[in-house]
Amino acid sequence: MSIKIKDVNYTYAENTAYEIHALKDINLEIPDGQFVGLIGHTGSGKSTLVQHLNGLMKATSGRIYFNGRDIYGENFSMKELRSKVGLVFQYPEHQLFEIDVLSDVCFGPKNLGFSREEAEEKAKAALRMVGMGEEHDKSSPFELSGGQKRRVAIAGVLAMEPEMLILDEPTAGLDPKGRDEILDQIERLQKERGITVVLVSHSMEDVARYVDRIIVMNQGQVRFDGVPAEVFRHYKELEAIGLAAPQMTYVMQELKEKGADVDTDATTIEEAADAILHWLKKGQR
Amino acid sequence: MIRDITLGQYYPAKSIIHQLDPRVKLVTTMVYIVSLFVAKGILGYVLATFFLAMTVKLSKVPFRYITKGLKAIMMILLITVVFNLFLVDGDIVLWRFGFLRITDKGVKTAVFMAIRLIYLIIGSSIMTLTTTPNDLTDGLEKLLGPLKKIHVPVHEIAMMMSIALRFIPILLEETDKIMKAQIARGADFETGNLIQKARAMVPLLVPLFISAFRRANDLAMAMEARCYHGGDGRTKMKPLHYVSRDRMAYGLVWGYLLAMIGITWAERLYVTAFWPL
Repeated sequence: MSIKIKDVNYTYAENTAYEIHALKDINLEIPDGQFVGLIGHTGSGKSTLVQHLNGLMKATSGRIYFNGRDIYGENFSMKELRSKVGLVFQYPEHQLFEIDVLSDVCFGPKNLGFSREEAEEKAKAALRMVGMGEEHDKSSPFELSGGQKRRVAIAGVLAMEPEMLILDEPTAGLDPKGRDEILDQIERLQKERGITVVLVSHSMEDVARYVDRIIVMNQGQVRFDGVPAEVFRHYKELEAIGLAAPQMTYVMQELKEKGADVDTDATTIEEAADAILHWLKKGQR
Repeated sequence: MIRDITLGQYYPAKSIIHQLDPRVKLVTTMVYIVSLFVAKGILGYVLATFFLAMTVKLSKVPFRYITKGLKAIMMILLITVVFNLFLVDGDIVLWRFGFLRITDKGVKTAVFMAIRLIYLIIGSSIMTLTTTPNDLTDGLEKLLGPLKKIHVPVHEIAMMMSIALRFIPILLEETDKIMKAQIARGADFETGNLIQKARAMVPLLVPLFISAFRRANDLAMAMEARCYHGGDGRTKMKPLHYVSRDRMAYGLVWGYLLAMIGITWAERLYVTAFWPL
Protein backbone atom coordinates (compact mmCIF):
# COMPACT_ATOMS: atom_id res chain seq x y z
CA MET A 1 0.00 0.00 0.00
CA SER A 2 2.56 2.57 -0.95
CA ILE A 3 1.60 6.16 -1.52
CA LYS A 4 3.72 8.53 -3.51
CA ILE A 5 3.15 12.27 -3.43
CA LYS A 6 4.76 14.22 -6.21
CA ASP A 7 5.11 18.03 -6.36
CA VAL A 8 1.79 18.58 -4.62
CA ASN A 9 0.61 22.15 -4.08
CA TYR A 10 -2.62 23.27 -2.52
CA THR A 11 -4.04 26.78 -2.24
CA TYR A 12 -7.14 27.62 -0.22
CA ALA A 13 -9.57 30.18 -1.68
CA GLU A 14 -7.42 30.93 -4.68
CA ASN A 15 -7.51 34.51 -5.98
CA THR A 16 -9.38 35.96 -3.01
CA ALA A 17 -8.36 37.92 0.05
CA TYR A 18 -8.39 34.69 2.05
CA GLU A 19 -5.85 32.94 -0.18
CA ILE A 20 -3.53 30.62 1.73
CA HIS A 21 -0.81 28.56 0.12
CA ALA A 22 -1.23 25.56 2.42
CA LEU A 23 1.02 23.02 0.72
CA LYS A 24 4.18 23.88 -1.18
CA ASP A 25 5.84 21.32 -3.47
CA ILE A 26 5.37 18.30 -1.25
CA ASN A 27 7.29 15.19 -2.29
CA LEU A 28 6.91 12.11 -0.10
CA GLU A 29 6.76 8.38 -0.34
CA ILE A 30 5.14 6.25 2.31
CA PRO A 31 5.95 2.56 1.86
CA ASP A 32 3.96 -0.44 3.02
CA GLY A 33 3.64 -1.17 6.73
CA GLN A 34 5.41 1.92 8.01
CA PHE A 35 4.38 3.72 11.18
CA VAL A 36 4.78 7.39 10.34
CA GLY A 37 4.43 10.42 12.58
CA LEU A 38 3.43 13.62 10.80
CA ILE A 39 4.27 16.57 13.00
CA GLY A 40 3.79 20.27 12.73
CA HIS A 41 2.16 22.98 14.75
CA THR A 42 -1.27 24.45 14.02
CA GLY A 43 -1.55 25.70 10.46
CA SER A 44 1.51 23.89 9.16
CA GLY A 45 -0.55 22.05 6.55
CA LYS A 46 -0.50 18.57 8.07
CA SER A 47 -4.29 18.15 8.16
CA THR A 48 -4.52 19.46 4.61
CA LEU A 49 -1.90 16.98 3.48
CA VAL A 50 -3.62 13.93 4.96
CA GLN A 51 -6.91 14.90 3.36
CA HIS A 52 -5.16 14.64 0.01
CA LEU A 53 -4.16 11.06 0.72
CA ASN A 54 -7.70 9.74 0.43
CA GLY A 55 -8.87 12.17 -2.20
CA LEU A 56 -11.06 14.39 0.00
CA MET A 57 -9.10 17.39 -1.23
CA LYS A 58 -7.76 17.75 -4.72
CA ALA A 59 -4.29 19.18 -5.16
CA THR A 60 -4.09 22.48 -7.01
CA SER A 61 -1.12 20.99 -8.85
CA GLY A 62 0.92 17.81 -8.62
CA ARG A 63 0.17 14.10 -8.61
CA ILE A 64 -0.52 11.43 -6.02
CA TYR A 65 0.13 7.77 -6.82
CA PHE A 66 -1.54 4.99 -4.89
CA ASN A 67 0.22 1.68 -5.59
CA GLY A 68 1.62 3.26 -8.71
CA ARG A 69 -1.76 4.46 -10.00
CA ASP A 70 -2.51 8.14 -10.41
CA ILE A 71 -5.48 8.93 -8.15
CA TYR A 72 -6.43 11.87 -10.36
CA GLY A 73 -6.42 9.56 -13.40
CA GLU A 74 -9.60 8.93 -15.35
CA ASN A 75 -10.37 5.36 -14.35
CA PHE A 76 -9.49 5.71 -10.70
CA SER A 77 -12.29 5.06 -8.24
CA MET A 78 -12.18 7.45 -5.29
CA LYS A 79 -14.59 5.23 -3.41
CA GLU A 80 -12.14 2.35 -3.62
CA LEU A 81 -9.32 4.62 -2.47
CA ARG A 82 -11.36 5.72 0.53
CA SER A 83 -12.03 2.13 1.50
CA LYS A 84 -8.29 1.39 1.42
CA VAL A 85 -7.11 4.58 3.08
CA GLY A 86 -9.04 5.14 6.30
CA LEU A 87 -8.96 8.66 7.65
CA VAL A 88 -9.92 9.44 11.25
CA PHE A 89 -10.53 13.17 11.61
CA GLN A 90 -9.80 15.38 14.57
CA TYR A 91 -12.47 14.96 17.25
CA PRO A 92 -13.98 12.03 15.35
CA GLU A 93 -16.63 11.57 18.04
CA HIS A 94 -18.43 14.59 16.55
CA GLN A 95 -19.51 12.52 13.58
CA LEU A 96 -21.38 9.82 15.53
CA PHE A 97 -25.05 9.78 14.59
CA GLU A 98 -26.64 6.34 14.95
CA ILE A 99 -28.92 5.12 17.71
CA ASP A 100 -26.45 2.58 19.03
CA VAL A 101 -22.73 2.00 18.93
CA LEU A 102 -22.85 -1.09 16.74
CA SER A 103 -24.99 0.55 14.03
CA ASP A 104 -22.70 3.53 13.93
CA VAL A 105 -19.63 1.39 13.37
CA CYS A 106 -21.56 -0.55 10.70
CA PHE A 107 -22.04 2.63 8.66
CA GLY A 108 -18.67 2.35 6.90
CA PRO A 109 -18.77 -1.34 5.91
CA LYS A 110 -22.40 -0.99 4.81
CA ASN A 111 -21.45 1.87 2.53
CA LEU A 112 -18.86 -0.41 1.00
CA GLY A 113 -21.66 -2.79 0.04
CA PHE A 114 -21.43 -5.43 2.76
CA SER A 115 -24.61 -7.05 4.04
CA ARG A 116 -25.94 -6.25 7.50
CA GLU A 117 -24.48 -9.49 8.94
CA GLU A 118 -21.05 -9.03 7.39
CA ALA A 119 -20.99 -5.40 8.45
CA GLU A 120 -21.90 -6.31 12.03
CA GLU A 121 -19.17 -8.92 12.11
CA LYS A 122 -16.59 -6.38 10.96
CA ALA A 123 -17.97 -3.76 13.33
CA LYS A 124 -17.73 -6.10 16.32
CA ALA A 125 -14.17 -7.04 15.42
CA ALA A 126 -13.25 -3.36 15.12
CA LEU A 127 -14.90 -2.49 18.44
CA ARG A 128 -13.00 -5.25 20.27
CA MET A 129 -9.81 -4.07 18.62
CA VAL A 130 -10.16 -0.62 20.17
CA GLY A 131 -11.05 -2.15 23.52
CA MET A 132 -14.81 -1.58 23.55
CA GLY A 133 -16.54 -4.53 25.19
CA GLU A 134 -19.74 -6.21 24.03
CA GLU A 135 -21.73 -4.54 26.81
CA HIS A 136 -21.51 -1.22 24.94
CA ASP A 137 -22.70 -2.51 21.56
CA LYS A 138 -26.32 -1.55 22.15
CA SER A 139 -25.83 1.66 24.12
CA SER A 140 -26.29 5.06 22.55
CA PRO A 141 -23.01 6.58 21.39
CA PHE A 142 -24.02 9.81 23.12
CA GLU A 143 -24.07 8.20 26.56
CA LEU A 144 -20.42 7.18 26.44
CA SER A 145 -17.49 9.04 27.95
CA GLY A 146 -15.25 11.18 25.75
CA GLY A 147 -12.54 8.56 25.45
CA GLN A 148 -15.05 5.83 24.67
CA LYS A 149 -16.73 7.95 22.01
CA ARG A 150 -13.35 8.56 20.42
CA ARG A 151 -12.67 4.83 20.33
CA VAL A 152 -16.05 4.06 18.79
CA ALA A 153 -15.36 6.66 16.12
CA ILE A 154 -11.95 5.14 15.38
CA ALA A 155 -13.60 1.71 15.21
CA GLY A 156 -15.99 3.21 12.65
CA VAL A 157 -13.07 3.68 10.29
CA LEU A 158 -11.31 0.45 11.28
CA ALA A 159 -14.41 -1.58 10.44
CA MET A 160 -13.83 -0.71 6.80
CA GLU A 161 -10.59 -2.71 7.12
CA PRO A 162 -8.36 -0.11 5.51
CA GLU A 163 -4.86 -1.00 4.45
CA MET A 164 -3.63 2.40 5.49
CA LEU A 165 -4.89 4.24 8.55
CA ILE A 166 -4.45 7.97 9.02
CA LEU A 167 -5.30 9.49 12.39
CA ASP A 168 -5.48 13.27 12.71
CA GLU A 169 -4.63 14.20 16.29
CA PRO A 170 -6.29 11.11 17.76
CA THR A 171 -5.40 12.11 21.32
CA ALA A 172 -6.51 15.76 21.28
CA GLY A 173 -8.49 16.59 24.39
CA LEU A 174 -7.97 13.24 26.09
CA ASP A 175 -6.47 12.73 29.55
CA PRO A 176 -3.02 11.06 29.78
CA LYS A 177 -4.53 7.66 30.50
CA GLY A 178 -6.92 7.83 27.56
CA ARG A 179 -4.12 9.08 25.36
CA ASP A 180 -1.77 6.20 26.23
CA GLU A 181 -4.52 3.65 25.80
CA ILE A 182 -5.42 4.86 22.33
CA LEU A 183 -1.82 5.12 21.19
CA ASP A 184 -1.01 1.65 22.58
CA GLN A 185 -3.99 0.19 20.76
CA ILE A 186 -2.96 1.84 17.51
CA GLU A 187 0.55 0.44 17.91
CA ARG A 188 -0.78 -3.06 18.57
CA LEU A 189 -3.01 -2.80 15.54
CA GLN A 190 -0.11 -1.73 13.38
CA LYS A 191 2.02 -4.65 14.58
CA GLU A 192 -0.71 -7.28 14.36
CA ARG A 193 -2.26 -6.29 11.07
CA GLY A 194 0.83 -4.88 9.43
CA ILE A 195 -1.09 -1.89 8.10
CA THR A 196 0.48 1.45 7.33
CA VAL A 197 -0.31 4.05 9.97
CA VAL A 198 0.11 7.81 9.71
CA LEU A 199 -0.22 9.56 13.03
CA VAL A 200 -0.74 13.32 12.84
CA SER A 201 0.24 15.21 15.95
CA HIS A 202 1.88 18.33 17.25
CA SER A 203 3.46 16.55 20.18
CA MET A 204 6.84 14.91 19.67
CA GLU A 205 6.56 13.26 23.05
CA ASP A 206 3.48 11.27 22.00
CA VAL A 207 4.87 10.20 18.72
CA ALA A 208 8.52 9.50 19.54
CA ARG A 209 7.74 6.30 21.37
CA TYR A 210 5.76 4.65 18.60
CA VAL A 211 6.80 5.63 15.12
CA ASP A 212 9.49 4.42 12.69
CA ARG A 213 9.70 7.71 10.88
CA ILE A 214 8.91 11.33 11.56
CA ILE A 215 7.94 13.91 8.97
CA VAL A 216 8.06 17.47 10.25
CA MET A 217 6.02 20.10 8.45
CA ASN A 218 6.29 23.84 8.72
CA GLN A 219 4.43 26.47 6.71
CA GLY A 220 3.28 23.98 4.12
CA GLN A 221 6.68 22.43 3.53
CA VAL A 222 8.43 19.29 4.69
CA ARG A 223 11.26 20.41 6.97
CA PHE A 224 12.62 17.13 8.26
CA ASP A 225 12.01 13.54 7.30
CA GLY A 226 13.75 10.63 8.95
CA VAL A 227 13.93 8.21 11.86
CA PRO A 228 13.03 9.87 15.19
CA ALA A 229 16.58 10.02 16.59
CA GLU A 230 17.80 11.69 13.43
CA VAL A 231 15.02 14.28 13.46
CA PHE A 232 15.52 15.05 17.16
CA ARG A 233 19.16 15.89 16.54
CA HIS A 234 17.76 19.07 14.99
CA TYR A 235 16.13 20.00 18.27
CA LYS A 236 17.24 23.61 18.00
CA GLU A 237 15.65 24.04 14.58
CA LEU A 238 12.54 22.27 15.84
CA GLU A 239 12.26 24.83 18.60
CA ALA A 240 12.61 27.63 16.11
CA ILE A 241 9.48 26.44 14.30
CA GLY A 242 7.46 26.13 17.49
CA LEU A 243 7.96 22.44 18.19
CA ALA A 244 9.99 20.70 20.84
CA ALA A 245 12.00 17.52 20.97
CA PRO A 246 11.12 14.99 23.70
CA GLN A 247 12.32 16.01 27.16
CA MET A 248 14.89 13.24 27.22
CA THR A 249 16.64 14.72 24.20
CA TYR A 250 17.22 17.88 26.23
CA VAL A 251 18.47 15.95 29.27
CA MET A 252 20.92 13.98 27.16
CA GLN A 253 22.11 17.06 25.28
CA GLU A 254 22.78 18.88 28.57
CA LEU A 255 24.64 15.89 29.97
CA LYS A 256 26.77 15.85 26.87
CA GLU A 257 27.49 19.55 27.22
CA LYS A 258 28.57 18.96 30.82
CA GLY A 259 31.14 16.49 29.52
CA ALA A 260 29.32 13.16 29.88
CA ASP A 261 29.83 11.02 26.79
CA VAL A 262 26.24 9.69 26.53
CA ASP A 263 24.27 8.64 23.48
CA THR A 264 22.13 11.70 22.71
CA ASP A 265 19.77 9.73 20.48
CA ALA A 266 17.89 8.34 23.47
CA THR A 267 14.34 9.69 23.39
CA THR A 268 12.34 7.70 25.95
CA ILE A 269 13.05 7.44 29.66
CA GLU A 270 14.04 3.78 29.31
CA GLU A 271 16.48 4.48 26.52
CA ALA A 272 17.93 7.40 28.43
CA ALA A 273 18.39 5.29 31.55
CA ASP A 274 20.18 2.63 29.50
CA ALA A 275 22.40 5.21 27.86
CA ILE A 276 23.38 6.77 31.19
CA LEU A 277 24.06 3.36 32.77
CA HIS A 278 26.13 2.42 29.77
CA TRP A 279 28.18 5.60 30.14
CA LEU A 280 28.64 5.06 33.91
CA LYS A 281 29.85 1.48 33.37
CA LYS A 282 32.24 2.65 30.70
CA GLY A 283 33.63 5.19 33.14
CA GLN A 284 34.33 2.53 35.78
CA ARG A 285 36.37 0.45 33.44
CA MET B 1 -17.56 22.45 -0.88
CA ILE B 2 -20.29 24.83 0.27
CA ARG B 3 -18.25 27.98 0.51
CA ASP B 4 -20.08 29.59 -2.39
CA ILE B 5 -22.66 31.38 -0.28
CA THR B 6 -21.33 34.90 0.17
CA LEU B 7 -24.38 36.42 1.86
CA GLY B 8 -23.38 37.19 5.42
CA GLN B 9 -19.67 36.86 4.86
CA TYR B 10 -17.29 39.69 5.44
CA TYR B 11 -14.63 40.52 2.88
CA PRO B 12 -11.76 42.39 4.52
CA ALA B 13 -10.41 45.35 2.56
CA LYS B 14 -9.60 48.98 3.15
CA SER B 15 -12.11 51.09 1.29
CA ILE B 16 -14.31 54.09 1.92
CA ILE B 17 -17.35 51.81 1.90
CA HIS B 18 -15.79 49.59 4.58
CA GLN B 19 -15.13 52.61 6.76
CA LEU B 20 -18.64 54.04 6.58
CA ASP B 21 -20.80 53.92 9.68
CA PRO B 22 -22.89 50.73 9.62
CA ARG B 23 -26.07 52.79 10.06
CA VAL B 24 -25.28 54.61 6.83
CA LYS B 25 -24.84 51.32 5.03
CA LEU B 26 -28.07 49.89 6.41
CA VAL B 27 -30.07 52.97 5.45
CA THR B 28 -28.41 53.08 2.03
CA THR B 29 -29.28 49.48 1.37
CA MET B 30 -32.89 50.10 2.35
CA VAL B 31 -33.08 53.22 0.20
CA TYR B 32 -31.49 51.35 -2.69
CA ILE B 33 -34.04 48.56 -2.45
CA VAL B 34 -36.86 51.12 -2.38
CA SER B 35 -35.35 52.88 -5.39
CA LEU B 36 -35.32 49.60 -7.33
CA PHE B 37 -39.06 49.36 -6.83
CA VAL B 38 -39.59 52.99 -7.74
CA ALA B 39 -37.78 52.58 -11.06
CA LYS B 40 -40.17 51.83 -13.89
CA GLY B 41 -38.37 52.73 -17.09
CA ILE B 42 -34.99 52.28 -18.71
CA LEU B 43 -33.54 55.56 -17.45
CA GLY B 44 -34.33 54.58 -13.86
CA TYR B 45 -32.46 51.32 -14.27
CA VAL B 46 -29.54 53.12 -15.88
CA LEU B 47 -29.35 55.34 -12.79
CA ALA B 48 -29.58 52.32 -10.45
CA THR B 49 -26.85 50.55 -12.44
CA PHE B 50 -24.63 53.59 -12.22
CA PHE B 51 -25.13 53.90 -8.46
CA LEU B 52 -24.46 50.19 -7.92
CA ALA B 53 -21.39 50.17 -10.16
CA MET B 54 -19.98 53.13 -8.28
CA THR B 55 -20.49 51.45 -4.94
CA VAL B 56 -18.94 48.19 -6.14
CA LYS B 57 -15.95 50.07 -7.50
CA LEU B 58 -15.49 52.01 -4.26
CA SER B 59 -15.88 48.92 -2.07
CA LYS B 60 -12.77 47.25 -3.59
CA VAL B 61 -14.45 43.86 -3.31
CA PRO B 62 -13.67 41.78 -6.44
CA PHE B 63 -16.75 41.63 -8.65
CA ARG B 64 -16.39 37.86 -9.09
CA TYR B 65 -16.72 37.52 -5.32
CA ILE B 66 -19.96 39.50 -5.26
CA THR B 67 -21.61 37.57 -8.07
CA LYS B 68 -20.90 34.27 -6.34
CA GLY B 69 -23.85 35.08 -4.07
CA LEU B 70 -26.11 35.09 -7.12
CA LYS B 71 -25.74 31.35 -7.62
CA ALA B 72 -27.91 30.77 -4.57
CA ILE B 73 -30.87 32.65 -6.10
CA MET B 74 -30.46 31.23 -9.62
CA MET B 75 -33.55 29.04 -9.20
CA ILE B 76 -35.79 31.84 -7.95
CA LEU B 77 -34.50 34.06 -10.72
CA LEU B 78 -35.27 31.46 -13.35
CA ILE B 79 -38.79 30.85 -12.06
CA THR B 80 -39.50 34.60 -11.92
CA VAL B 81 -38.30 35.13 -15.46
CA VAL B 82 -40.22 32.18 -16.90
CA PHE B 83 -43.48 33.09 -15.17
CA ASN B 84 -43.29 36.73 -16.17
CA LEU B 85 -42.30 35.84 -19.70
CA PHE B 86 -45.28 33.57 -20.33
CA LEU B 87 -47.97 34.92 -18.05
CA VAL B 88 -47.84 38.70 -18.46
CA ASP B 89 -50.43 39.83 -20.95
CA GLY B 90 -49.41 42.42 -23.52
CA ASP B 91 -50.59 43.95 -26.75
CA ILE B 92 -48.07 42.65 -29.26
CA VAL B 93 -47.69 38.88 -29.37
CA LEU B 94 -44.14 37.97 -30.32
CA TRP B 95 -44.36 34.19 -30.23
CA ARG B 96 -47.13 31.65 -29.78
CA PHE B 97 -47.17 27.90 -29.21
CA GLY B 98 -50.42 26.34 -28.08
CA PHE B 99 -51.54 28.12 -24.96
CA LEU B 100 -48.05 29.60 -24.41
CA ARG B 101 -47.34 33.03 -25.72
CA ILE B 102 -44.78 35.74 -25.25
CA THR B 103 -45.78 39.36 -25.48
CA ASP B 104 -43.78 42.56 -25.62
CA LYS B 105 -44.88 43.49 -22.13
CA GLY B 106 -43.98 40.03 -20.86
CA VAL B 107 -40.43 40.35 -22.15
CA LYS B 108 -40.12 43.80 -20.64
CA THR B 109 -41.42 42.73 -17.22
CA ALA B 110 -39.28 39.59 -17.19
CA VAL B 111 -36.10 41.50 -17.99
CA PHE B 112 -36.82 44.23 -15.46
CA MET B 113 -37.75 41.70 -12.79
CA ALA B 114 -34.51 39.79 -13.35
CA ILE B 115 -32.45 42.97 -13.16
CA ARG B 116 -34.31 44.06 -10.05
CA LEU B 117 -33.65 40.76 -8.27
CA ILE B 118 -29.99 40.66 -9.28
CA TYR B 119 -29.41 44.25 -8.15
CA LEU B 120 -31.23 43.55 -4.91
CA ILE B 121 -28.91 40.67 -4.09
CA ILE B 122 -25.78 42.49 -5.22
CA GLY B 123 -26.78 45.57 -3.23
CA SER B 124 -27.36 43.69 -0.01
CA SER B 125 -24.28 41.52 -0.61
CA ILE B 126 -22.14 44.64 -0.72
CA MET B 127 -23.48 45.65 2.65
CA THR B 128 -22.69 42.31 4.28
CA LEU B 129 -19.37 41.98 2.47
CA THR B 130 -18.12 45.36 3.66
CA THR B 131 -19.51 45.31 7.20
CA THR B 132 -18.52 42.90 9.94
CA PRO B 133 -21.49 41.15 11.55
CA ASN B 134 -20.74 42.94 14.80
CA ASP B 135 -20.83 46.38 13.20
CA LEU B 136 -23.99 45.45 11.38
CA THR B 137 -25.91 44.54 14.50
CA ASP B 138 -24.49 47.51 16.38
CA GLY B 139 -25.85 49.73 13.66
CA LEU B 140 -29.16 47.98 13.68
CA GLU B 141 -29.48 48.27 17.43
CA LYS B 142 -28.77 51.98 17.30
CA LEU B 143 -31.13 52.56 14.36
CA LEU B 144 -33.98 50.70 16.02
CA GLY B 145 -33.22 52.29 19.41
CA PRO B 146 -36.38 54.48 19.44
CA LEU B 147 -38.51 51.32 19.34
CA LYS B 148 -37.40 50.54 22.90
CA LYS B 149 -39.92 53.12 24.04
CA ILE B 150 -42.73 50.85 22.90
CA HIS B 151 -41.10 47.85 24.61
CA VAL B 152 -39.59 46.21 21.55
CA PRO B 153 -36.60 44.14 22.82
CA VAL B 154 -34.20 45.82 20.40
CA HIS B 155 -31.03 44.77 22.16
CA GLU B 156 -32.10 41.15 22.38
CA ILE B 157 -33.04 41.07 18.71
CA ALA B 158 -29.70 42.61 17.76
CA MET B 159 -27.83 40.13 19.96
CA MET B 160 -29.71 37.21 18.44
CA MET B 161 -28.92 38.47 14.97
CA SER B 162 -25.26 38.95 15.67
CA ILE B 163 -25.01 35.46 17.13
CA ALA B 164 -26.86 33.96 14.19
CA LEU B 165 -24.65 35.78 11.69
CA ARG B 166 -21.51 34.85 13.59
CA PHE B 167 -22.47 31.20 13.49
CA ILE B 168 -23.08 30.97 9.75
CA PRO B 169 -19.42 30.47 8.83
CA ILE B 170 -18.84 28.24 11.86
CA LEU B 171 -21.71 25.94 10.98
CA LEU B 172 -20.68 25.93 7.32
CA GLU B 173 -17.22 24.84 8.31
CA GLU B 174 -18.67 22.23 10.63
CA THR B 175 -20.91 20.90 7.86
CA ASP B 176 -17.92 20.70 5.58
CA LYS B 177 -15.96 18.79 8.21
CA ILE B 178 -18.70 16.30 9.04
CA MET B 179 -19.42 15.79 5.36
CA LYS B 180 -15.79 14.96 4.73
CA ALA B 181 -15.63 12.64 7.71
CA GLN B 182 -18.68 10.73 6.49
CA ILE B 183 -17.38 10.63 2.91
CA ALA B 184 -14.20 9.12 4.35
CA ARG B 185 -16.46 6.41 5.78
CA GLY B 186 -17.91 5.75 2.35
CA ALA B 187 -21.00 7.97 2.55
CA ASP B 188 -22.39 9.15 -0.76
CA PHE B 189 -24.17 12.50 -0.88
CA GLU B 190 -24.33 12.89 -4.63
CA THR B 191 -25.89 9.91 -6.37
CA GLY B 192 -29.28 8.23 -5.93
CA ASN B 193 -32.88 9.36 -6.19
CA LEU B 194 -34.55 11.94 -3.98
CA ILE B 195 -35.39 9.54 -1.14
CA GLN B 196 -31.90 8.04 -1.12
CA LYS B 197 -30.41 11.52 -1.11
CA ALA B 198 -32.63 12.58 1.78
CA ARG B 199 -31.66 9.49 3.73
CA ALA B 200 -28.00 10.17 3.02
CA MET B 201 -28.41 13.49 4.85
CA VAL B 202 -29.09 11.80 8.21
CA PRO B 203 -25.40 11.12 8.98
CA LEU B 204 -24.75 14.77 8.24
CA LEU B 205 -27.71 16.40 9.98
CA VAL B 206 -27.68 14.49 13.26
CA PRO B 207 -24.07 15.40 14.14
CA LEU B 208 -24.67 18.94 12.89
CA PHE B 209 -27.65 19.44 15.18
CA ILE B 210 -25.80 17.99 18.13
CA SER B 211 -22.88 20.28 17.47
CA ALA B 212 -25.17 23.31 17.13
CA PHE B 213 -26.76 22.54 20.49
CA ARG B 214 -23.38 21.97 22.10
CA ARG B 215 -22.12 25.28 20.76
CA ALA B 216 -25.26 27.10 21.90
CA ASN B 217 -24.82 25.62 25.34
CA ASP B 218 -21.16 26.62 25.53
CA LEU B 219 -21.94 30.12 24.34
CA ALA B 220 -24.72 30.58 26.88
CA MET B 221 -22.35 29.43 29.61
CA ALA B 222 -19.60 31.79 28.43
CA MET B 223 -22.05 34.71 28.35
CA GLU B 224 -23.30 34.00 31.83
CA ALA B 225 -19.77 33.64 33.12
CA ARG B 226 -19.22 37.21 31.95
CA CYS B 227 -22.34 38.39 33.75
CA TYR B 228 -24.36 39.07 30.63
CA HIS B 229 -27.90 40.03 31.59
CA GLY B 230 -29.35 41.81 28.57
CA GLY B 231 -29.00 45.32 27.27
CA ASP B 232 -29.90 47.49 30.27
CA GLY B 233 -27.03 49.71 31.32
CA ARG B 234 -24.64 48.09 28.87
CA THR B 235 -22.07 50.45 27.39
CA LYS B 236 -20.08 50.06 24.21
CA MET B 237 -16.33 49.96 23.82
CA LYS B 238 -16.61 51.66 20.46
CA PRO B 239 -19.80 53.76 20.33
CA LEU B 240 -20.96 54.73 16.86
CA HIS B 241 -20.36 58.34 15.80
CA TYR B 242 -21.14 59.95 12.50
CA VAL B 243 -18.21 61.69 10.81
CA SER B 244 -18.20 63.94 7.74
CA ARG B 245 -17.93 61.09 5.21
CA ASP B 246 -21.07 59.54 6.71
CA ARG B 247 -22.97 62.79 6.32
CA MET B 248 -21.73 63.04 2.75
CA ALA B 249 -22.87 59.50 2.04
CA TYR B 250 -26.32 60.29 3.43
CA GLY B 251 -26.52 63.31 1.16
CA LEU B 252 -25.57 61.23 -1.86
CA VAL B 253 -28.07 58.50 -1.05
CA TRP B 254 -31.04 60.77 -0.52
CA GLY B 255 -30.02 62.73 -3.61
CA TYR B 256 -29.98 59.47 -5.52
CA LEU B 257 -33.48 58.55 -4.36
CA LEU B 258 -34.82 61.97 -5.32
CA ALA B 259 -33.18 61.69 -8.73
CA MET B 260 -34.72 58.24 -9.16
CA ILE B 261 -38.19 59.51 -8.31
CA GLY B 262 -37.70 62.49 -10.62
CA ILE B 263 -36.47 60.39 -13.53
CA THR B 264 -39.25 57.85 -13.18
CA TRP B 265 -41.84 60.60 -13.05
CA ALA B 266 -40.39 62.39 -16.06
CA GLU B 267 -40.19 59.15 -17.99
CA ARG B 268 -43.81 58.34 -17.30
CA LEU B 269 -44.90 61.81 -18.39
CA TYR B 270 -42.88 61.45 -21.56
CA VAL B 271 -44.25 58.01 -22.35
CA THR B 272 -47.87 58.96 -21.78
CA ALA B 273 -47.45 62.13 -23.79
CA PHE B 274 -45.64 60.87 -26.84
CA TRP B 275 -45.97 57.13 -26.92
CA PRO B 276 -49.40 56.28 -25.56
CA LEU B 277 -49.51 52.51 -25.83
